[in-house]
Order: sequence, then structure tokens, then C-alpha cells
Amino acid sequence: MFQTLKSYQFLFEELVKRDFKTKYKRTVLGMAWSVLSPLLHLLVMRLVFTRFFGRTTPHYTIFLFCGNLVFSFFSESTNQGMTALTGNAGIFTKVNVPKYLFLFSKNVQCLINFGLTLCVFFVFCALDHITFTWRFVLLLYPIGCLVLLNLGLGLILSALFVFFRDMQYLWSVFTQLLMYMSAIFYSVDNYSPKVQRLFLINPVYVIIKYFRVIVIDASLLSWHYHLLMAAEALIAFGLGCWMYKKFNHKFLYYV
Amino acid sequence: MSILEARNVSIRYITGDFKDIGLKEYVMRRLTGNYHVTEFWADKDVSFTLERGEMLGIIGSNGAGKSTLLKAVSGIMVPTEGWIHREGSIAALLELASGFDGELTVEENTYLRGAMLGYTRKFMDEKYDEIIDFAELKDFEERPFKQLSSGMKSRLAFSIACLVKPDILILDEVLSVGDGAFRRKSEAKMREVIAGGATTILVSHSLPQVREMCSKVLWLHKGRQIDFGTDVSGICDRYQDFLDGKLML
Repeated sequence: MFQTLKSYQFLFEELVKRDFKTKYKRTVLGMAWSVLSPLLHLLVMRLVFTRFFGRTTPHYTIFLFCGNLVFSFFSESTNQGMTALTGNAGIFTKVNVPKYLFLFSKNVQCLINFGLTLCVFFVFCALDHITFTWRFVLLLYPIGCLVLLNLGLGLILSALFVFFRDMQYLWSVFTQLLMYMSAIFYSVDNYSPKVQRLFLINPVYVIIKYFRVIVIDASLLSWHYHLLMAAEALIAFGLGCWMYKKFNHKFLYYV
Repeated sequence: MSILEARNVSIRYITGDFKDIGLKEYVMRRLTGNYHVTEFWADKDVSFTLERGEMLGIIGSNGAGKSTLLKAVSGIMVPTEGWIHREGSIAALLELASGFDGELTVEENTYLRGAMLGYTRKFMDEKYDEIIDFAELKDFEERPFKQLSSGMKSRLAFSIACLVKPDILILDEVLSVGDGAFRRKSEAKMREVIAGGATTILVSHSLPQVREMCSKVLWLHKGRQIDFGTDVSGICDRYQDFLDGKLML
């Protein structure tokens, strides 16, 4: 595994470069826009929802930002990842290269975006008088799980997209639904404990909640919570790897 | 032990309703029993062996299954039936001009293609100037690739590809690239690579080329293997008769 990764390192770097350049078309604004767009989203939500939920939730801007930060990374990464195979069909039908490289390279791209937005997030935290503690280091854990989850879903979606070209529309409907179920702009405290537990099925919510607990509540989560998060991400990743392995030589017939 | 051996290789394509219909339509057609898939054998029972340093020419009219067979040999496809055994590294130069990115510059595309062919960055750094010189694209390095003419594109593709040093080399119609002058240059370059000791598979529509260069010939027709052997001129004569309409299959 590591041997193959090493031998494809050069190709991987070149693919990342290509995705980066074609996405931003060598414009400075292109890059700034990808940070600005979640911020505008945040602004709109802040204006609309403060009246309904803002009064009861402390640090409501940061509360929203946690949700937006995680969800926009998730949605960008899965939506971009979906076309990883079809977009590179011209390459893998001519050269024998591992097909997951295309997806991974797209995800590097989204991870960079996420990193930039995360910096802005910390600036907002400082402005909102949030105390930075050593616990912030723990945020690396949900970020790691989120990357794994994005990769897993990206693998699954890009494979499905080869077979079913309407996946794009179905997935955008599903992401919308998921957005409402991820408690981005509302708090789940008003629901009964039973319903609150149901929210934990949604891995995106699990990650958002982790961010909120660390940043806003300045407290820690139990080890089962960590385990749950890792399990959800690993299931998605495992399923994705399995699909790529199973259909590795079938994709060719469909592109 | 042969460097390359194919035994009873058959490759099946599926064609029919399944492409571009989407999940909703797929479910609907499945429910109404209206979903049809037909099978199509691109290659059926093809066998051949190659020893080190030999050169195999594959001949046959369009749709004979040549490109599909090459994809199986290079590992892009797996045979539906039969097996292929190969030893050492393999480089397949198939349909050279595709797989470039129009938005990237010539230089960026050169590196990307080099990476795809399995070169190292160090190797590319060393050879980059040589590639651009050979392709005669000195003044175009910073141009977006989409602005190049198709002749320039295939010249660049060839210039990168001809640096390969594999154990097995697969050439699909790549000896005929560009205009007259470049064509001569590229043919000479390719002969140099072949003379370097690589075992080569050559797909060509030019019979004189096959007669002159190849030590073995494989003749395919509509996926079936008509003939295979070392009698290059004999097989080529019969193929010529077939093309002239004197021989019916």
C-alpha cells in the first residue's frame, strides 16, 4: 500500500496542482471567494435566525459558524468528489493508475479551503471573547473523522455517479435534507432525550456538536462519543473502499 | 518463460439501456421489466505468446478488437475469460492526444502526462527541455493547452511518451504522428526505443510497416483470432488478399 502510494506521489502532486489551478483559474479572487462564500452564508443565517434562536443560545454567531464550517466542508467535498471519476475518464481509460487518486486530489483541494475558513473561524472566536484553551487541540480529532467521512462518501458517490448520472440531483436533495437535520441554526436542547439521541445517527451533526462542546461550552465529551464518531466515519470509508475494489474494472464500461 | 503470454482471452462488453439513464429511470425500468442489456464479445479466445525482444504486429480491420485487447494486456481491463501473464514493467501508448487538460499550460500538461506515464519528477526536470525541443513547442510553453492545434497536441504527446523505457511497449497507431517532417523524426525515435530491447506490440494499419518491423503477427477479425505466428509475410499476404476481397472469412 505505502509502496504504491510512494510510486504515485508525483502523479498525485500533479493532480492536486491541476485541480487547484483549474478551479481558481489563476485568479486571486477565486481563492478569496471560496472563503467569502461560507462567510456570506453565515451572515444570512445570522440575520434570519437570530430572532428565533439567537436569544436563548449563547455565542449564537459562533454556534452558527461551527455548523456552517463543518457542513460547508462536507457538502463541498462530497459534491466535488462525486465527479472525480467521470471527470478523469479520459485518463483512467488510457493509463493504468489507481482511480482513488482522483478523488483524493479533489479532497486535498477542499481541505485547503476548509483550513482557510477555519482560520477565519478562530478570528471570529477571538472577537466573540471565547477563551482559547488546550482543548482546542482536540478539534483535530473531529477534523480527522470529517476528512475520513468525506473521503468515504466521495468514494461511494463518485462510484455511483458513474452508473447513475442523476446522482447529482438526488444528492443535492439529500444534502439539503441533511442540512436541516444537522441542527446548524437551532439547538436540539428542546427535544426529548430520545429524539436527541436520534440526531447522533447523522455523522455531520456528531461532528458539529463536538466543535460546539469544545469551543463554546469549553468542556469535553465522553470516550463513547469519540468512538461513535470514528465508527461512523470508518463505516463510510470502508464502504467506499469496498465499492472501488468491487467495481474497479467495471467503471470502464460506463464512461 | 515468455515475457508476455495470453491464453484464451475473451473480453465481453455490455451494451444497451444501462448508460446515462439514471437511478430513477433504472428503478422504473426494472419494475416494468423494460430493462435490457445485451452482451457483446469484443475479443473471443485470443491466445499468443511473446519472448523478450520480439515485436508483435496486430492487424485487422476496424472493430476487430485490437484496442480492447491492448487494454487488457496493459491491465486497464481484465479479461472476462482466460488470463494474461506479463513480466516486467509495461507502457501503453494508446490514443495519445486524449487525457490532456485544456486549461493547463503546455508545461503543466507535460509534467502531468509524465507523471501519468510513471516518470519521476527528477527525470522530468532533466528531460523537460529535450521534450519541448523535440515537440518544437519552444514558444508555446506558457500557452493554455486548448489553444494548440491538434497536430501540436499529438506532437507533444508523442515527445513525452517516447522517453519510456519499459520491458513491454504497446504502440497503438502512434508511429504516424504529425506532418511529414515530424513523422519521419518520430518514426526514427520510435525505432530507437524499440531497438533499446523492449518487447513491443504494434497496432498498425500500414502493412509495409508490419512486414518490415515485426517478428510475429496476430490477425484479428470481429474479435476472433484468424491467425497468429512467425510467418509474417504469409499472414500479411493473406490479410492483403482479404482486404482486396479475394479471400472471404
